[in-house]
Amino acid sequence: MTTALDPTSASSVRSLAPSSTGSRIILLLLLIYVPLAAYVMFGPQIGALKHYVLIPAIPAVLLLYGMAVRAWRDSTIAVIGATLVFFWLLIAVSAPYLPILDPNKPIAPYALPGAVKNGVTFLLGSDLRGRDMLSRTLWGCQRVLVWGITATSIAYVVGATFGLVAGYLGGWWDEILSFICNVLLSFPVMVLFILILNYLGQSGFNIVVAVTISSAPAIMRIVRGLTLDMRTRDYIFAAQTRGEHPLWIMMVELLPNARGPLIVDACLRLGYTTVAITTLTFLGLGLQPPDPDWGLMIKEAATAALVWKFTYMLVIPSIAVSSLILGFNLMADGLRELSLKD
Amino acid sequence: MQFAAQTPRDDAVPVLECRNLSISYFTRGGEVPAVIDFNLKLMPGQSHGLVGESGCGKSTVALAIMRYLGKNGRIVGGEILLEGRNILTMQGAELRRLRGSQIAMIYQEPMASLNPSMTIAEQLAEVPIYQGGVGRQEALQQARAMLERVRLTDCDRLMNAYPHQISGGQQQRVVIAMALLANPKVLLLDEPTTALDVTIESGIVDLIGDLSRQFGMSMIYVSHNLGLVRETCDFITVMYSGEAVESGPVADVFGAVRHPYTRGLFASIPVPGADKNTRPLVAIPGQLPAPGDRPRGCNFGPRCEFFVAERCGMQAVPMVRPQGRADRLSRCARVDEIDWNAAPRTTGNRPAPVIGDVAVKVDALSKSYGRVKANDALTFDANVAETVAIVGESGCGKSTFARILMGLEEATAGSLQVNGLDVAKLPVQKRNRKTVVNLQMVFQNPFDTLNPSHTVGSQIARVIRKLGGTKDRKAIEQRVRELLDLVKLPHDFMHRRPRQLSGGQKQRVGIARAFAGNPAVVVADEPVSALDVSVQAAITELLLDIQRDEKTTLLFISHDLSVVRYLADRVVVMYLGQVMEQGSADAVFSPPYHPYTEALLSAIPIADSSISKRKVVLSGEMPSPSSPPAGCPFSTRCPYVLGELCREKRPPVHEFSATHNIACHLPREQLLAMQPVIAVPSEASDA
Repeated sequence: MTTALDPTSASSVRSLAPSSTGSRIILLLLLIYVPLAAYVMFGPQIGALKHYVLIPAIPAVLLLYGMAVRAWRDSTIAVIGATLVFFWLLIAVSAPYLPILDPNKPIAPYALPGAVKNGVTFLLGSDLRGRDMLSRTLWGCQRVLVWGITATSIAYVVGATFGLVAGYLGGWWDEILSFICNVLLSFPVMVLFILILNYLGQSGFNIVVAVTISSAPAIMRIVRGLTLDMRTRDYIFAAQTRGEHPLWIMMVELLPNARGPLIVDACLRLGYTTVAITTLTFLGLGLQPPDPDWGLMIKEAATAALVWKFTYMLVIPSIAVSSLILGFNLMADGLRELSLKD
Repeated sequence: MQFAAQTPRDDAVPVLECRNLSISYFTRGGEVPAVIDFNLKLMPGQSHGLVGESGCGKSTVALAIMRYLGKNGRIVGGEILLEGRNILTMQGAELRRLRGSQIAMIYQEPMASLNPSMTIAEQLAEVPIYQGGVGRQEALQQARAMLERVRLTDCDRLMNAYPHQISGGQQQRVVIAMALLANPKVLLLDEPTTALDVTIESGIVDLIGDLSRQFGMSMIYVSHNLGLVRETCDFITVMYSGEAVESGPVADVFGAVRHPYTRGLFASIPVPGADKNTRPLVAIPGQLPAPGDRPRGCNFGPRCEFFVAERCGMQAVPMVRPQGRADRLSRCARVDEIDWNAAPRTTGNRPAPVIGDVAVKVDALSKSYGRVKANDALTFDANVAETVAIVGESGCGKSTFARILMGLEEATAGSLQVNGLDVAKLPVQKRNRKTVVNLQMVFQNPFDTLNPSHTVGSQIARVIRKLGGTKDRKAIEQRVRELLDLVKLPHDFMHRRPRQLSGGQKQRVGIARAFAGNPAVVVADEPVSALDVSVQAAITELLLDIQRDEKTTLLFISHDLSVVRYLADRVVVMYLGQVMEQGSADAVFSPPYHPYTEALLSAIPIADSSISKRKVVLSGEMPSPSSPPAGCPFSTRCPYVLGELCREKRPPVHEFSATHNIACHLPREQLLAMQPVIAVPSEASDA
C-alpha cells in the first residue's frame, strides 16, 4: 500500500478503499455468475454471443476454487464440500465446451451404462427417449445452479433488508415485519411453493419469487437477531452521535459485520433451495422440458425405473443432486467450524 | 490492610512451590511460550500477590497450578509441589480430589462461576457432600454457616435464590464461601474484584484478608492493581512477558523498587501527590513484545531507560539477589548499578490550561424511564478548557447523562445548555451540524469502539467527511495523517483493520476519531478503565495534551478516583442519579466530605507506602433504582445516617465555597470537622 500521496494515480483512492481480497472474491463471483445467468436465463436473447460468454467464467471458477482451498485448508470438511460444489460449478460453466453428446438429441433409448448402440458409446447409458445420460447429467446442473443461486441471492437481499430494518429501527417496523414473517413461516414450505407457482404460473422467474417468499422470513430472523446484538455496540453509538442516517448505519456499519453467520447460512440455504427446485421440477411445477434438468430426469425416469435393469436412470441424477447438496452442507459445516476456531 | 508476614520456620515446608515452571501454548502458528522459568514459594498462612499487565502470564500460572490449562496449553518444564508432592504427575481421580479440596480458585466473573440453574444452597452444599462425604442436611447447615461468615445478610433468602437474583458483590461472596467450604490449603484468586464496583471491592478485599487470617489459608492473589496487592498481600511477584522480574516482601518492594519495569509501573500510576501539570504520569515507552518475538536478552530491554546492550541484551537474564537485600530477587543485570532513588525521566512541567467561560451548563436535568429515575435534578457547570470529572459507581446515572448530552436520549425535565443552545430535549437528528460537530465522545470499551469490518483510515475519514465538510479526497487523507500523528500512531495504521490493533491503539484511534472535527466538548466515558496500567498512563496523558492544545472541555466519566484526582479540575460525585457533592478537585478530595465521597476515597487502593489512609467500609448494597429511598439515596448505607430524617427528606445543599457544595443532612460543623481520608506527607516520594 502506498504511503506517499500521488495525486494522479489511483493508489490514493485505493488507500482508503476496502480490502483487495474481498473485492477480488466479489469480482470472481460476478465473473462466474453473470455469464452463467446470461447463458441460462437469457440464452435466446444473446444469440451468437452464447458460444463465447462462458469462457471467462472457467478460469474464474478454478481461481476461486484455489483461493477457497487455501483459505479453508484447516477444515477438511470445508474443503471436501468446496470440491463438490466447485466441481459442479466447473461443469456448469464448461458444459458447452466439453466433448459430450447433445443432451436433447434422441439416439437410442434404454441403453445400459457402457453399452454401444448405433455406433455411440453411452458411458452412463441413455434414458427412455434415447438421450445420453452423461450429457444430460452434466448439462442439468446449469439450470439448478443458476436458478438456485439467483433465488437465494434475491431472498437474501430481501430478508437482510427486512432484518436490518426490524432489528435497528425497532418499534412498529419490528412488530409489523415480524408478524408478516411469522405468518409466512407458519406455512409448510412446499405448500407455499405450490400455491405460489400455481397462481403465478410455472417459470424460472416465478421459482425465484416463490423461494424468496419462503426463505426471506428465516433470513430476516437471523439478520434481525444479529442486528439486535450489534445495535448496542459503541461504534454504532459513535455513528449515531455523528448524525448518520439510519439507512447508512444499517448498510455500512451493521451489514458487513453480519457476514460471518450469513455466509454459513447461505451455503445451507443454497442446499435447501436446490432441493426445493428439484422437487418442484419433479412435481411438474418448475422448469419446463426439454432442457435437461435433474428434477425432470428423475421425474421422467420414475416410471421406467420400476424395472430393476433401468434404475440407473433414476440413480444417476439423484446422485448428482445429492452430491451438490452434500457439498453445500459440508461447506456450511466446515465454515462454521472455522469461525468457531478463531 | 497489612497482615503480619509470618517468618517461616527453618524447616517449614512451603505449602505450594513452583520450581522453574515453564508453560507454553500450542497454536496453529507453533509453540508460544507463555511462562518461562517461574519460581514461587508459598509458606503456610502467607498471601502472595502476582502482579502484571495483560499477557504477562499471571493467569496462566494460576490455571497451571490448578492443572486446568485447556486443550492447547501444556507445562513444558519444571515442577509444582504441593506440600512437597509433585502434582504434575497426578491424573484422574487424584487430580479431582486435589482441586477443590486442597487448592481452590476464585475467578474474575462471579456470574460465570455460578451455575445459573441451581439455587445457591444446592451449589454450596455440593462441596461438603462431594469432598467431605457428609449428608445433605449437614451440608446445607454448613453452607448456611459459611454464608454468614462471608458477611452476607439475609442468608435465608439467599439460600433459596438463583445466582441471577443476587448482586455481583453478593455473588462473589458466595463464590468465596464455596471455595472456603472445602477448607483448602491454598486459595487462588484471579482478579476477583475487577468486575465489581470500588466500594464493593473494598468490602470483599477486607473480607478475604480477615478470612485468610481466621482459616490460616495461604493465598495467591493475581491482580493488575498494584495498590490492591499492597493492601492485601505479604509478598509480591511482578511479572513481565512471561517471566517474574521482581519478588520480595510487599513493604520492601514498594519502598525500594529494584527493577526498571516495576519502577515504570509505579511512575505510571496516579498516586496522591501526582499533579497533571507539574508532575505528570510517565508512561512506559514501547510495547509488550509479542510472545513469539521476545528479544534475545532481557525481555524488558527495548523499553528500559537503563538498557546497556553488552550487559542486558546478549543472553537471558537470571534472577539475582540485589546487594544488601536478602529476601529480594530481581531479574535485572544491572540491579546493583542503577541509582534507584533518582526520579524517573518526566516530560517536565506543562503549563496549566487557561480556563474560560461556561461551555456546558446543566440545570435541574432529570430523566426517568417509567418509574426509574436515572437522573434526578442534576445541576453543574463545565467551563472551556476545563476537565470536569463525573464520578460514581455503576447505576449512578452517569452514562444516562452522557447519552442525553450526545442526543441519544431526551431528558424529561430541566435544561442542558451547550454554548447557549439547550440540547436536553433535542435528539441528535434534530441538532444543527455545528452542535453535532462540537459534541463528541470517546467510548469505554476499546474493543467495540471501532467497526471491525472497516479499516482505521476509512473510519476516521468518514468522520472527517461528515463533520468537517470537506469532500476532497486528498484533504481528507492529509487530515487523517495529521490525526494519526496527534495520537502518536504510525501512518500505515490507516490501512489496518481493528483486529490488528491492541486495546491501547484502538483507544487512540477512538480519540483521533473524537477529535477529528475539532470539537468544543468531548465526553470521555471511562476511556481508560479497560486498559492496562501502563497504557492508561499513556492514553490519559494523550487526552490531556490534546485538550490543552485544542482548549476542549473534557467531561471525564469514571469510577476510578485515583485517575480522577490526577486529571480533574472539577469533580461531580453522583449516587443513584443525584449529585451528592461537587466542587474543584482539591475541595472535593479534602474535608469537608460527603459521606459517600469519604467512602469512595477510602476504597481506592493506593500503591504508595508513604501515604496513610483512613478506612471507611460501607455495608449493604446500592438500592434498586426503581425504588429509591424518598430522602437521601445514600441513607441505606451511610455510616452517619440520622435515621428518619435522612430516609424521608431530601438533603439540603450546603455551600462551602462559590464552587463547592455538598448535599447532606449533617450539620455544617460536623462536615467541616471531618478528618482527611488520605494523608499525603509534605514531600511525596516517588515509590
